Amino acid sequence: MAEKKLGAYICKGCGIGERLNTDQLANVATREGKMSFVKQHDFLCNSDGVAMIQADIDAGTVNHLVIAACSRRAKTDAFNFADVAISRANLREGIIWVRPATAEAQETTQEMAEDYIRMGCAEVKFINLPAASNEQSLVRHVLVVGGGFTGLTAALEIAKAGYQATIVEKSASLGGVAAQLHKRIPNCSPFAESQSNGIAELIAQVQGNNNITLHLNSTVTQTSGAPGRFEVKITQESGSTITANFGSIIQASGFKPYDATQLLEFAVGKSPDVVDQLGLEALARQANGGKIKRPSDGKAVQSVLFVQCAGQRSNKPGHLPYCSGHCCLTSVKQAMYFKDSDPNIDAMVVYTELRMPGAGGEDFYRSGQNKGITFTKGVVSEVIPNSGSLTVKFNDLILNEAVKQEFDLVVLATGMVPNSGVNIEEVVAAPEEDKTEAKTATAAPVETKLAAESILNLDYRQGPDIPQLVHGFTDSHFICFPYETRRTGIYAAGPVRRPMDMNQAAEDAAGAALKAIQALENAALGRAAHPRVGDLSFPQFRKEGCTQCKRCTVECPFGAINEDEKRYPLFNEARCRRCGTCMGACPVRVISFENYSVDTVGQAIKAVDMPDEFSEKPRILLLACENDAYPALDMAGMTRQEYSAFVRIIPVRCLGSVNTIWISDALNSGYDGIILMGCQKGDNYQCHFVKGSEIAHYRMSKIDDTLKQLKLETERVKTYEIAITDIQRVPQLINEMANTIAKIGMSPFKF
Amino acid sequence: MSQLNATKVEKYRNHFLREVEANVEEGHWVKMCMQCGVCSGSCPLGPYWEHPPQEIFMMIRAGKREEVLKSSSMWFCTSCYNCIARCPRELPITHIMHGLAHYAKRLGLAPQNQATPKFAQYFWDNLYNGGGRVNELKLGLSLYFMNGLVEGIKTALKMRKIGQGMYFSKRMNPFEIFGGHSCKDSQGLKAALNKAREIEEAKAAQFKG
Ligand code: SF4
Ligand code: SF4
Ligand code: SF4
Ligand code: SF4
Repeated sequence: MAEKKLGAYICKGCGIGERLNTDQLANVATREGKMSFVKQHDFLCNSDGVAMIQADIDAGTVNHLVIAACSRRAKTDAFNFADVAISRANLREGIIWVRPATAEAQETTQEMAEDYIRMGCAEVKFINLPAASNEQSLVRHVLVVGGGFTGLTAALEIAKAGYQATIVEKSASLGGVAAQLHKRIPNCSPFAESQSNGIAELIAQVQGNNNITLHLNSTVTQTSGAPGRFEVKITQESGSTITANFGSIIQASGFKPYDATQLLEFAVGKSPDVVDQLGLEALARQANGGKIKRPSDGKAVQSVLFVQCAGQRSNKPGHLPYCSGHCCLTSVKQAMYFKDSDPNIDAMVVYTELRMPGAGGEDFYRSGQNKGITFTKGVVSEVIPNSGSLTVKFNDLILNEAVKQEFDLVVLATGMVPNSGVNIEEVVAAPEEDKTEAKTATAAPVETKLAAESILNLDYRQGPDIPQLVHGFTDSHFICFPYETRRTGIYAAGPVRRPMDMNQAAEDAAGAALKAIQALENAALGRAAHPRVGDLSFPQFRKEGCTQCKRCTVECPFGAINEDEKRYPLFNEARCRRCGTCMGACPVRVISFENYSVDTVGQAIKAVDMPDEFSEKPRILLLACENDAYPALDMAGMTRQEYSAFVRIIPVRCLGSVNTIWISDALNSGYDGIILMGCQKGDNYQCHFVKGSEIAHYRMSKIDDTLKQLKLETERVKTYEIAITDIQRVPQLINEMANTIAKIGMSPFKF
Repeated sequence: MSQLNATKVEKYRNHFLREVEANVEEGHWVKMCMQCGVCSGSCPLGPYWEHPPQEIFMMIRAGKREEVLKSSSMWFCTSCYNCIARCPRELPITHIMHGLAHYAKRLGLAPQNQATPKFAQYFWDNLYNGGGRVNELKLGLSLYFMNGLVEGIKTALKMRKIGQGMYFSKRMNPFEIFGGHSCKDSQGLKAALNKAREIEEAKAAQFKG
């Protein structure tokens, strides 16, 4: 865009006109904010107000606007003008709704509004209009890694939506674990009977679909590029390799059954009549509706015991600490195999907690009870094989007694272990530590860690697979952002991201398919994927200033930054989610976005009018994450909660984008307190950029040194984890800071 | 009836459950209990029971025939219906309690010294032998003397005032002691009751050991 033409629009509606002196605000905007013109309007968001702004834009009198009205989250439809830069000064939610309408409060409230005008004017001058780079192209082809139930369903969903899909399956056949099942848990009302696994039909559909390409006996040996331009090497067992381009990728690499031979107390391996759930599926397939025979001597099973949570939900070494989510339903289904073949067979399920997830779970349980399956709460301690039967010892937790009982067959409900590939965090950490020692000596332990085979073989600086969260599952948010991973354009679906049954896996497949399609379409237009969907800005980087410190490459939560031959960071626009964590990381501040930069925020911070030390008017800077904290603040306004008039709030893309220069500049220019509000971090993170909040908290833990250097109290800077529901808490935290300052006194750095 | 009780019941097998399903009123519901414990928590008598309802249901499924049928628990049920109103699985718990008590009594397993089964027996005898109608005077007196002559006289003396009051307000006729009146076809009723018992016993006999 050529020349920046600045103009401000001040709304007097929603009570702003009554509460604030808007003529004075207009004065501030022209004199201090250097706006070439300021217009006031009684209802800026109505069609007349919007038309007024549009007319100015069309006439070419303005292309950089400050709209001083409601929160940037409100009236986004009305104030949606193409090809101009906009800054919104939040006079409504941020001021008049959180300040009392009293005469005493008037002065400080007006000052608050004037500062927001100054900040808006400062910001808009440093915004440039983002435009898509030329990195992009449209590749309507999705790679699906894994030809199990999830992968097949995903490919079919993609094909049905009119896109191409390619399935890469490591084994010689499709269907994965689901194909080994005799029957599956019902997926439709009345949820009373197990049903056909449907795999043969699914495979037939996939094979008959022209939009789906199949590669059996094949693995992905290299993935490079970015969404919209992934280049993938697919290698056959024989060694022959083809290279293909994809717009996005779905990883449906599934799970392995837990290795039950570790469960010595249950006589696994000692008696063939102790099987895991997959083992029972095999027996049921053999029987095919007839009587299930036990493996040891082929006798028809008359009594069977299902042991729930075998080696699961336990903190013993070698056990899985989590619940695999399907096994209770599966045991009910399997007990039904017996009851359906002969109601006189005794089938018993021993559980500690029975979990029946899904819409029809409880109905299925009831149906099982109705068929006469015996359920009891208990803990099985031992299975002892003896001639002709198995003696099982368990504690009945309802009747509170130790029981010894004979069974023909014991089925262990063991868990799911995800096929997530290489845990890159372990691998990346290992060689760094070993650096000082001779490489050969340390090769061995590193090798064992690499024992897991990579699934994607990503040619990313950050490692060959998707980062994991806990228990080896790929990091994909359980509730808020399912399927999303920390590698843009690569989506996880099925048990690789959390344990699940086929019903859930089908939903996962559909969800991931839609995400993958969205990603490749967005990539083609140079737009960001979740959560800043549609954002055209991407990190710009001034190479001359870069010191090659690599903080950006390491801290980027999405592995978006590679390294070029000269070891400079190499940004991949389409892999970037626009969180700004790299911008926050860079110590020499050479990274910025067109519309969000060290300057847009830094200048707004500096624009605030700073009363002197003796004014008793402290200034508190609040940098609030736009995803959760800022909406919570807006809602505090909507619910008319009062907070200090001394706070000045600036939304940030992610707390990770906060560059410490903003903090030190703010302290140096006389701010008395600084609050940072980001999302919850850690294993139960709510951070929309996964690691941003965590990184920011870490950075801020180091800020104490800066404060000490300046001889300032450490209480002046606080970092919080805020949820969008913390509507009562956010005003409290602001007021707390105001109280702290009242106690410890004003900052001496006022000029 | 004793041979019925020789039934061999294996633990955690369906034998006893099937027996309950066949012979106990609403017994087919027992398998549907999900052991949430709401009934036990809701029962006003729960704390005094040896085995609250939820536990009884588990014991049935665990094949604890003797313990269940000999238990005094079901006899405590006051038919308050709290449990039925609250059971998330909609089990007719109260009815099952009475069904179990009744079945235990028929098998001769019900506890001997507990007041409720005793009372039930007096009530039944009074009705069965008294021509199809309950003779309240006789029933009352038989309860007074339930624990021996001395106890009976003591109780009678204690209740004298109430007895007089009932007499003067024509609530009680002392001449009922000499037989009282019966229903129209008392012999027919007896025959019907005998036949019913025969059918029930034949059903129960299937579960002989
Ligand atoms: S840190 Fe965020 S903004 Fe920077 S490259 Fe990575 S995803 Fe993009
Ligand atoms: S953080 Fe800044 S200085 Fe460091 S490598 Fe990245 S761009 Fe260069
Ligand atoms: S309330 Fe119903 S389901 Fe719960 S324990 Fe009692 S009988 Fe069973
Ligand atoms: S009906 Fe009987 S079992 Fe149910 S709560 Fe009342 S007393 Fe207890």
